Amino acid sequence: MCSGRVDLEFILRAFANGMDGVFIGGCRLGECNYITHGNYHALNMALLCKKIMEHIGLNPDRLRVEFMSAGDGILFSEVADEFSGQIRALGPLGSTEGLSLDELKQRIQEVSKLVPYIKIAKGEKLALRPAKGDYDQFYTLDEIEELLNEVISYYIDPEKCQACMTCAKRCPAEAIIGGKNLIHVIDQDKCIRCGTCFEACPPRFSAVKKFTGEPVPPPIPEGKRTIVRKGKEKEGTS
Amino acid sequence: MEYCPVEYPDQFNQGISNNKAVHIYFAQAIPLIAYIDESCIYLKEKKCRICEGVCKTGAINLGERPKKLEIKVAAIVLAPGYEVFDPKVKSEYGYGRLQNVVTSMDFERLLCATGPYEGEILRASDKKHPRKLAWIQCIGSRRVTPGDNSYCSAVCCTYTQKQVILTKDHDADAQCTIFHNDVRAYGKDFERYYQRTEQLPGIRFIRSYASIVREVPDSKNVVVRYATSDEGVKEEEFDMVVLSVGLNPPADYLGLADKFGIELNQHGFCKQAPTNPMETTRPGIFVSGAFQGPMDIPESVFTASAAGAQCGELLDYRRGKLTKDRLYPPEKDVSQEEPRVGVFVCHCGANIGRIVDVPSTVEYALTLPNVVHAQEQLFSCATNSAKEITDMIKEKGLNRVVVAACSPRTLEPLFRDTLREAGLNQYYYDMANIREHCSWCHSKEKEEATLKAKDITRMSVARSCHLEPLREINLPVNKAALVVGGGIAGMTCALSIADQGHDVYLVEKDSELGGIARKIHHTLEGLDVQAYLRELMRKVYSHAAIHVYTGATIMEATGYVGNFVTKIKSDRGVAEIAHGAAVIAVGVDVYKPTEYLYGQDDRVVTHLELEELIAKTDERIANAKSVVMIQCVGCRNEERNYCSRICCGESVKNALKLKEINPQVDIYILFRDMRTYGFREDFYREASNQDIKFIRYEPENAPKIEAAEAEDRPVLRVSLPDYILGQELAIDADVVALAAAVIPSPVNQEISQLFKVSLGPDDFFKESHVKLKPVEFATQGIYLCGAAHYPKHIPETINQAYGAAGRALTLLSHDIVTVSGSVCEVREKKCMGCGACISACTYGAIEFRDTKQGRKAVVNPVICKGDGLCNAKCPTGAIYLKHFTDEELLSQIDAALPKQDSQPPLDAAVGDA
Repeated sequence: MCSGRVDLEFILRAFANGMDGVFIGGCRLGECNYITHGNYHALNMALLCKKIMEHIGLNPDRLRVEFMSAGDGILFSEVADEFSGQIRALGPLGSTEGLSLDELKQRIQEVSKLVPYIKIAKGEKLALRPAKGDYDQFYTLDEIEELLNEVISYYIDPEKCQACMTCAKRCPAEAIIGGKNLIHVIDQDKCIRCGTCFEACPPRFSAVKKFTGEPVPPPIPEGKRTIVRKGKEKEGTS
Repeated sequence: MEYCPVEYPDQFNQGISNNKAVHIYFAQAIPLIAYIDESCIYLKEKKCRICEGVCKTGAINLGERPKKLEIKVAAIVLAPGYEVFDPKVKSEYGYGRLQNVVTSMDFERLLCATGPYEGEILRASDKKHPRKLAWIQCIGSRRVTPGDNSYCSAVCCTYTQKQVILTKDHDADAQCTIFHNDVRAYGKDFERYYQRTEQLPGIRFIRSYASIVREVPDSKNVVVRYATSDEGVKEEEFDMVVLSVGLNPPADYLGLADKFGIELNQHGFCKQAPTNPMETTRPGIFVSGAFQGPMDIPESVFTASAAGAQCGELLDYRRGKLTKDRLYPPEKDVSQEEPRVGVFVCHCGANIGRIVDVPSTVEYALTLPNVVHAQEQLFSCATNSAKEITDMIKEKGLNRVVVAACSPRTLEPLFRDTLREAGLNQYYYDMANIREHCSWCHSKEKEEATLKAKDITRMSVARSCHLEPLREINLPVNKAALVVGGGIAGMTCALSIADQGHDVYLVEKDSELGGIARKIHHTLEGLDVQAYLRELMRKVYSHAAIHVYTGATIMEATGYVGNFVTKIKSDRGVAEIAHGAAVIAVGVDVYKPTEYLYGQDDRVVTHLELEELIAKTDERIANAKSVVMIQCVGCRNEERNYCSRICCGESVKNALKLKEINPQVDIYILFRDMRTYGFREDFYREASNQDIKFIRYEPENAPKIEAAEAEDRPVLRVSLPDYILGQELAIDADVVALAAAVIPSPVNQEISQLFKVSLGPDDFFKESHVKLKPVEFATQGIYLCGAAHYPKHIPETINQAYGAAGRALTLLSHDIVTVSGSVCEVREKKCMGCGACISACTYGAIEFRDTKQGRKAVVNPVICKGDGLCNAKCPTGAIYLKHFTDEELLSQIDAALPKQDSQPPLDAAVGDA
């Protein structure tokens, strides 16, 4: 397993659990044990995570990523001592942030839900190798603000949905509720905002609507989802 | 061990600290078990027997006597290693006389966490930390005085640098001084390592012979006398002096030679065949490691695999006759059962138990969810402990096993095997590392260490509950090998593989075999390279199993371990070759200098061109009155930050040949460090004795060259400062030979992409592990040898070529190869076809496949290496790395804090639930 396997979600989960600091250790940059140079991906992801942390009011110094070889035992112990000292100085989660633990956890959990969206939106940039010296500005706070303020949501227009099941079949998160003759509804809690439904909805229906940075309308009540087809007889005979 | 009353100097710790007569040899000894040595009172005086009484298992038999065994074998490999030079042989070294003079081997133990002072560097005189240390190089080496060795010990320059770096790690303020002759950083990446050492604060490299003058009576400090060109002779006081001792032949080398009927060289090392360093003077007896001559670990490992390959050539007809297949009981399907976890906490002798409270950890484990059994074990890896685990699995119906012990790196395979013995899928095993990650690094915080051991165990138990049974994939192995490159490395490797009954496809880009060796006429040791090459080519061409393709380029390389398909275009047309293994032996090129008038004045040639001129006895050479050779042209600089390794030997060789042709010729070798390591030192000395002048230059004041008129003839005038005489020198030369750098082949980039193997920072191929796997790539089934790995001399190339053959045979001799079950897989329903995984996987293990629901990623598990990068990239959680799934890792993260503090799992869509 490579340090590139460390998922953005893992870090957020640790903080949400109340961990005061998270350390990621990888092989030395440029000395990949595989051929994938996944440690650069880990670095990139950690830089993104730090900015997200800053954005939500969580001290980014609580996350540290370092690269060293198996022969660097002494370096490792130094870094471990230094980092744990630093975390001790920062105090428990929330204390330097000036936020209550619950508030902080809530914010972390909110952003955790957006991990799939972040991976999609930042997919290309996440594959780049940050240049040394540019780490802090590789991602900017403005960029994160834009990313999180303009979260995309999808909504199925009940007027247009023909209950064809195409989107429901394609949805990777199984977030679309509906059946034959039942107007489809996106379960916003399950939705990962990948846009697969938007792409899949036949153009002649164009029922899936994209919303940027604003909430979607409430779903139509469960009792009113049965579809009323105008030309049903005609369809039936054809 | 606790009860043994004998205390005597610990042999493993160089006698610096004490040990008992009953002891474990050292912390990582294999097997890690206690034994009794000659210091035992009972063995000496028939008294005591305390240990016998206290041993609960009755394992001690004081009456045991040596037994004689007779074993019939077809081949013998001699690997007796070397003996460390003992500086006590000469009183001038002060060793044994002055308390604070230690050998580098003593110092090695002082640095070590399992050493006499648990990793503290302390002086013998007052047990204080030395602040000011000196290393004196070449102790016992490169000296013709009686008691010393004339050769260079080849490893001391770099091990000293390592010790300096570690000393600075221990104490950032330490002042370290290295008194050295030439700094011989000739190995792969050594030049960078040298720079790293040199650039540390408080480090001085002083080029001077140094002698130990006296001890300061009160402080017991050591006074060293040395000389520098600016300040003349000086004396300086040091807290501690380390003697960088060299390598001697193994103890009792004469007896060894006599017993095995082999010959030795003049230094007492094994005499070898010039074209095969593994061959002794007696057929069937091979030699590997430092008994060939001083060498470092990677070289030693090459020769070990190489000797193995040659035994294989002899014994191929009966390969596998003595091996037995292991039979395992049928595997039980426990996937529907609730997890029933068994936890085995290992004391590792005292390694864990001395720090971590093992019984309390066991007790704690029993309180964890799903744990139905927990116990302690003295050594979980011992055979009886493994049996205990199997028995417990059966008795308590365990379906998950956690062993809290050491790093999975060494012992995980053993414990997985234990599970298989009990009829459980081996992937139901998890290892909690409470040794390296806990007791070893927290040896001074026992209580905290125990808490941490509990945390680690809890996390491991949590993960184990989510483990799933996995299948390993058995692949058939194509028995043929592809060797890329037809130089000495490629041909030697091809012959060894073919001699063990495998077809070999030998692919060479040039129209002829031979590679760069075609330009080499003889070696320093006197081998006629062209004759050797002709013989090698004859053997290759006449071998029925070797198929040679010249003028070849590789168009495409696909497949995976055991099943590669490579498409080539050659003089014989286009061919598709199926093979199970591939060896990369593409060799090197020579730098074409742009400096020193090369290409502008035809009296300036490279060292290889000079060799050619000498071989032809060109009249320019025959009539030359003066020849200048300039070393390090095009390397050891910013652009090529490495040493080309072979050039010092090459120039000495050419110089000696020139003297043979015309003893009157004046020869000047302008060098930075003469790197004639090992036995090549004798030739360097010989050259000096023949009045060949060696003049050192610094890169900042590199020699200058211009065409000039001497009294009697037109010459090339080379000028440079002479540091010894302190004046500018001007040398008139008829020929100037440049030791042009050895540079990586231009095909390396392409080959690395085709075969998905990596290159190092200098564009030489990067082995899987410098020491542990020096002829293998991280990509399974692909091997490396020759100068493509790093510039090397012909005997070293032959070592590595046989080494690669040996490793390739471990694959090719099997009918099937097993690949790990911990690979990635796609849940098709969840895949949105974004391709993030495909671009992350540089192995090319993932492809798109069109389905009714759009394009979906699909993994070829055989190519997947289980790094899991794709898993972290996937937005939907569709692709997942088996055995390290989100669910498994998140459960571990959740368990990192004890239960009461953790939050209910998040309702995130990526969760695997």
